[in-house]
Amino acid sequence: MDSLGLLADGLGAALTPENLMYAAIGVLLGTFVGVLPGIGPAMAVALLLPVTFGLEPTQAFIMFAGIYYGGMYGGSTTSILLNTPGESSSVMTAIEGNKMAKKGRAAQALATAAIGSFIAGTIGTLLVVFFAPILADVAVTIGAPSFFAIIVFAMVLVTSLLGDSRLRGFISLFLGLTFGLVGMDLNTGQPRLAFGRPELGNPLDIVIVAVGIFALGEALWVAAHLRRKPLEIIPVGQPWMGKDDWGRSWKPWLRGTAIGFPFGAIPAGGAETPTFLSYILERKLAKKTDEFGQGAIEGVAGPEAANNASAAGTFVPLLAMGIPVTATSAVMLAALTSYGIQPGPQLMTDQSDLVWTLLASLLIGNALLLVLNLPLAPLWAKLLAIPRPYLYSGILFFASLGAYAASQRAFDIFLLLVFGLVGFMMRRFALPVLPLIIGVILGPLMETRFREALAISGGDLDALWSENLAIVLYVLAVLVIVVPMLMKRLRPSSGDDVPGGPGGTSDDGSDAVETTDDEKELVQR
Amino acid sequence: MSSRSTTTRCVAGLVLAMVGMFATGCGVTRGEPSKDMTMLIPNAPGGGYDQTGRAAVAAMEAQDITGGTFEVHNIIGAGGTVAFSQLMRSDDEHTILTVGLGVVGSSYSFGLDEKLQDATPLAQLIEDQEGVLVPASSPYKTIDDFLEDWKKNPDTIAVGGGSSPGGPDHLFPMQLAKAVGIEPREVRYVAYDGGGPLTSALLGKKIKVGFSGLGEFEGQIKEGELRVLAVSGEKRLEGDLFSKFPTLKESGVDLVFTNWRGVLAPPGISEKRRDELIAYLEEMHASPEWQESLKNNKWIDEFKTGDEFEAFLEEQSTRVDDTMKELGL
Repeated sequence: MDSLGLLADGLGAALTPENLMYAAIGVLLGTFVGVLPGIGPAMAVALLLPVTFGLEPTQAFIMFAGIYYGGMYGGSTTSILLNTPGESSSVMTAIEGNKMAKKGRAAQALATAAIGSFIAGTIGTLLVVFFAPILADVAVTIGAPSFFAIIVFAMVLVTSLLGDSRLRGFISLFLGLTFGLVGMDLNTGQPRLAFGRPELGNPLDIVIVAVGIFALGEALWVAAHLRRKPLEIIPVGQPWMGKDDWGRSWKPWLRGTAIGFPFGAIPAGGAETPTFLSYILERKLAKKTDEFGQGAIEGVAGPEAANNASAAGTFVPLLAMGIPVTATSAVMLAALTSYGIQPGPQLMTDQSDLVWTLLASLLIGNALLLVLNLPLAPLWAKLLAIPRPYLYSGILFFASLGAYAASQRAFDIFLLLVFGLVGFMMRRFALPVLPLIIGVILGPLMETRFREALAISGGDLDALWSENLAIVLYVLAVLVIVVPMLMKRLRPSSGDDVPGGPGGTSDDGSDAVETTDDEKELVQR
Repeated sequence: MSSRSTTTRCVAGLVLAMVGMFATGCGVTRGEPSKDMTMLIPNAPGGGYDQTGRAAVAAMEAQDITGGTFEVHNIIGAGGTVAFSQLMRSDDEHTILTVGLGVVGSSYSFGLDEKLQDATPLAQLIEDQEGVLVPASSPYKTIDDFLEDWKKNPDTIAVGGGSSPGGPDHLFPMQLAKAVGIEPREVRYVAYDGGGPLTSALLGKKIKVGFSGLGEFEGQIKEGELRVLAVSGEKRLEGDLFSKFPTLKESGVDLVFTNWRGVLAPPGISEKRRDELIAYLEEMHASPEWQESLKNNKWIDEFKTGDEFEAFLEEQSTRVDDTMKELGL
């Protein structure tokens, strides 16, 4: 295949000391902007786009790629350190990542995120290089029915995350699904659960919900207990990943990449579903299941890789068909056109040199991100050494700033506080947080796809299994339910190593709530 | 370009970006006599209103028309009604808002008491046509092929557009259906979230026909993956590629449908200020920068101001209300 030769030419054109400097500036800027909660890569790219104007296309691309990857990584950094995800696709990272940070393993979490992003981004970009035209044709045939089936499959898997108390798990899940209903109904244009407020006319921003419930809820909880309990000191820990960390990370990186890339390549696949699937997969496969929910490195490595692979995958529809499928790629499209690239089916042949330069730039930006950020990981981790009261007030400040910065509405700060209160109450009543977040993310996706499929068929339910992929997924979903039940029948004396299907509970009720001890103490009072 | 100048520019850009971040993050207090203005945009960066609003601001700043600078705010929510409501509550003579047909539709859906003409209409800036799109393999070669089939089976042919009910891509097929004698309620319309998902639905043959502005589809049309059966305007579009497509009128359908965008000021500003603002926009319209933006974005130059624009808004909102009522929405 001569793709490799063309890519080498692209790399040759892109690799000059001056260009590397632009890449470095881009990565740093992107990271700094991405670190602000509420500012995800789309916003980071949009904010910093003007910086690249006036540069030659090659330099601009390189800087742009740096900003893009920097912005994504910045979002993960805050997820891990402060429990304030910058965008919906790093919500899953916060769950295990922040637990790791609390145990003094922030540097390892940041490192596995950085390396996982690098590996996934590189493999993803190479896949784009070789397969974009072929994949594009296949990807459009995947329609609403298949997508709906994917989410049904994901929902079946959710049951294993509900925690000790099924009842509490379902309460949390349905709360999430209800929050997911807020906003304008796409099919009729009518507002739902908006209480007459036009501000609630759009779906709730997942970032605000997640930051409110994770960060604010926790800050309130800690504040409410400050006087009663001495503060635990966060241990400083090792600065680098140990041998064990490497051994536990590399498989999740690759699996995350494999899950994430196809979702990026499907138009409107998104990055949330793959990060979520990767998290569940790692949780199922993990040897030390009890560590999940308490800071398992696999739960950071997998979703981070899935997120980045999905981001690379979005270049398939973008470059091969000219279809932007995420907010970030819509901003990218605008940026590309301003450099004279007209994305579309003819792009790969008409302007191949620019495309190869762009792809080479992505590889360089990705590599530089790793080089610059890996040494920084232990430094970032020191942030947590700030005394707790200051740390949490800092988190409150940045969370509010982020909520406001995303769309500059005071109402969003109000929403953030409401969800902070919800998060506090959930901790008080020991409701697991994870099912709620999943409900908010998957509920609207599921509804949109379900209604799209039915709108096309005119309400005929047969449409739901009109695609082969959909049928395969339904069969898988049934197997996931039935096989563990059968296994139990066949091996009545089965030990703890049977993965917890919907029938069994192998999990320890672990979830984003880490305050179970406080909880018991409180209940005893 | 010497490397020194690129570096300087780069540093300047950096500083600007940082200043911009702080400005948007913290808000800027503004002296009352100042000539600085705020442009509100009712949707996200990168969307249609954003492109038009920012192009107008860029042209005014380039020509230094207002004597001050502009701050652009994207106020996202409820199909533009959040931004519109904010304008209606404002009495700031320095604030203007970009609006369009979509905002008329969503202000109906959200049951707003105020209509767009209740603000101070300043000017319509541009017009955009809708097109009727089919995938390359579609049996429909002409608009007649499609309409004939559609009239026979309006309730089984899935059509789609990039906007939810009340938006231009939804209003157009409904008005088209009515014009050819189909009951709009029977139309099987699938709402997609913008041009991207609509394109993949068309290319993946999930729907038979798509309705949308053509700008986003230029690549696919040029490549022959999508075919345009008709455009909705009074006259054909310009340009080598787009001028080939017949209007509905040429094809014997009595319907002209256009999407448009314009600018409003808050209600109750002084007559003098209104005239001043209109004069700014007139000057902006004549600037080479604006003419360049029109060309690049393939917008049709349809400029009207003041009372004429107000009358147009009234006519538009009646038309939208009628269509939506007919659909029972």
